[in-house]
Amino acid sequence: MTSDTANTLQRIPDRLDTPFRNALFSWEMLLVIVALAIFIINSFASPYFLNAWSLSDLTFNFTEKGLIALAMALLIISGEIDLSVAAIIALASTMMGMAVQAGADTPLLVLIGVGVGLLCGAFNGLLVTRLGLPSIVVTIGTMSLFRGIAYIILGDEAYKGYPSSFAFFGQGYVWWVISFELVLFLAAAIVFWFLLHRTSFGRTVYAIGNNPVAAAFSGIRVERVKFILFCLTGLMAGIASVLLTSRLASTRPSIAYGYELEVITMVVLGGVAILGGAGSIPGVVLAAFIMGLVTFGLGLVNVPGIVMSIFTGLLLIVVIALPIIWNRIRHKSA
Amino acid sequence: MSIVRKLFAAASLSAALVASPALAEPMKIALVVKSLGNGFFDAAHRGAEEAADEIGDIEIIYTGPTSATAEGQIEIVNSLIAQQVDAIAISANDPDALVPSLKRAMDRGITVVSWDSGVAPEGREMHLNPSDTQLIGETIIKLAADYLPDGGDVAILSASSTATNQNAWIEAAKEALPEKFPDINLVAVVYGDDDSVKSTNEARGLIASYPDLDAIIAPTTVGVVSAAQVVTDQDLIGQINVTGLALPSEFKQFIDNGASQAVALWNPIDLGYSAVHLAHQLATDQAEAEPGATLSIGRVGEVTLDDSNSAAMAPPFTFDKSNIEEFAKIY
Repeated sequence: MTSDTANTLQRIPDRLDTPFRNALFSWEMLLVIVALAIFIINSFASPYFLNAWSLSDLTFNFTEKGLIALAMALLIISGEIDLSVAAIIALASTMMGMAVQAGADTPLLVLIGVGVGLLCGAFNGLLVTRLGLPSIVVTIGTMSLFRGIAYIILGDEAYKGYPSSFAFFGQGYVWWVISFELVLFLAAAIVFWFLLHRTSFGRTVYAIGNNPVAAAFSGIRVERVKFILFCLTGLMAGIASVLLTSRLASTRPSIAYGYELEVITMVVLGGVAILGGAGSIPGVVLAAFIMGLVTFGLGLVNVPGIVMSIFTGLLLIVVIALPIIWNRIRHKSA
Repeated sequence: MSIVRKLFAAASLSAALVASPALAEPMKIALVVKSLGNGFFDAAHRGAEEAADEIGDIEIIYTGPTSATAEGQIEIVNSLIAQQVDAIAISANDPDALVPSLKRAMDRGITVVSWDSGVAPEGREMHLNPSDTQLIGETIIKLAADYLPDGGDVAILSASSTATNQNAWIEAAKEALPEKFPDINLVAVVYGDDDSVKSTNEARGLIASYPDLDAIIAPTTVGVVSAAQVVTDQDLIGQINVTGLALPSEFKQFIDNGASQAVALWNPIDLGYSAVHLAHQLATDQAEAEPGATLSIGRVGEVTLDDSNSAAMAPPFTFDKSNIEEFAKIY
């Protein structure tokens, strides 16, 4: 006991980092630098990059995934994960397609898309919290289940004929080149920032991620918070489904295939600890922009897709490894 | 020439270049494929480069997503719009999902044609099919008939009984039989479900039930390999000729050992070549995409557009001893 205290005392630094110093060396600052660097490289690499419409098109590469990443960040901070988000998009889109065939109008379609997403999220949440199953297992299962239902309903067919007013969500512009999708993403980012960083609910999410047992003994209703987070993730997947379906103006069961990994990449790149307990919304938003900048920039110089995925993979490893290496060097020299 | 005059000349030259970039830059035609790393599409790219060299002053941008998704292709189309390419020739992963973004490309003055795997009519100016039902139906019978000068019995080993493509081809084959191949007698149509075990059993069944069988026609790449394997295993090479639609790389051994005289499939080189010719003509307004219009596709010939502005390139391309070696390396 005494030796422990002695050890801790020895490690106390003689000078605490100032808030400015903290901000300077934060993950978010690193992401800002990376984003700026990619932006500058892109502008030199392609004469077409610095154009209002190009920059607007760029945002479509990440807004739908980014919306889900916001909720996924909270879920991962709490120590859980949801791999079924892309399948939720497929199922919600299929249900909207069925509703269109039955003559549903735009408001009802949006309601169905968002509602199906919420229900799927609640289903995941119930399985995890009521049955106490690990979320990675549950959502691998529901990933096949949700997409499977979409395949059974649609087979190799497609749903078309969405009303023209429905096109606004995925193809519409609020003002000049500012798309509805971008506005919605930024608005959702503010809401999630407030929820995670400015409410007691947000604090409980961190507490659960760091130590669920201690959180429970502190009076936090751990299961209920987790259930709410699964519902939120499902809800955001439902919203993303409305946007993507509107952008494609059609539904196929293969819609949004492989999105879950891109969403999780965004979250991890945004500085959220994959084992839970740490992370921030500004980091995730920056990561979403970086992913968009990278994929669009490489697309502009016609880099083949396979090289592009190698590049995103490398970016992920480098951004995650750099701070760790940097810290080691700092501690060794200190 | 004084240095001042040299500088002046250089300046005026560069001014001219800046003023008219359209003249200085080659025409950009993007060949967008379902996914990269696929031999079929790499071959189409070769054809596209060939057409570009032939026409001259064309830059081919060969691109496609890593996994064959519509979402991936949309991101590519968006970046092509931003690059202000002159034309997009696409083999689509989804006929409907790409329509909104391709429409946007057309709104920005880009010529859009689809080839191989089509886009719904509102998302492109025209579509080029590798072949059409009539041509395929005739070709599969002709492949057998060419080696049966005195006529004979043939049987068809198809994919599943519900496969839309195969059923349409078999219908067309049956229609062509009485007029064009009166000596050929179609004795049976069986279904191997594109499963190699079931196809093998069905092929064995055909050989047992029809001792006088001269040829097995399998208009499916799975069935044709199974049938050729059965003929090889039962030492019937020379007695029964296996033919149909086959991938050269998978089928080469059976042309080599004589179980098959010839098979056919679309030629991806010609497809890429023709797509670029069509895109170039439409982008330069040398031709209009409208029902009934006839467009040239260089050495491959010409195509006529139907009511939905789509056209068929040519009958399936035949592979035999003379060329299977070369094409097996491609796809």
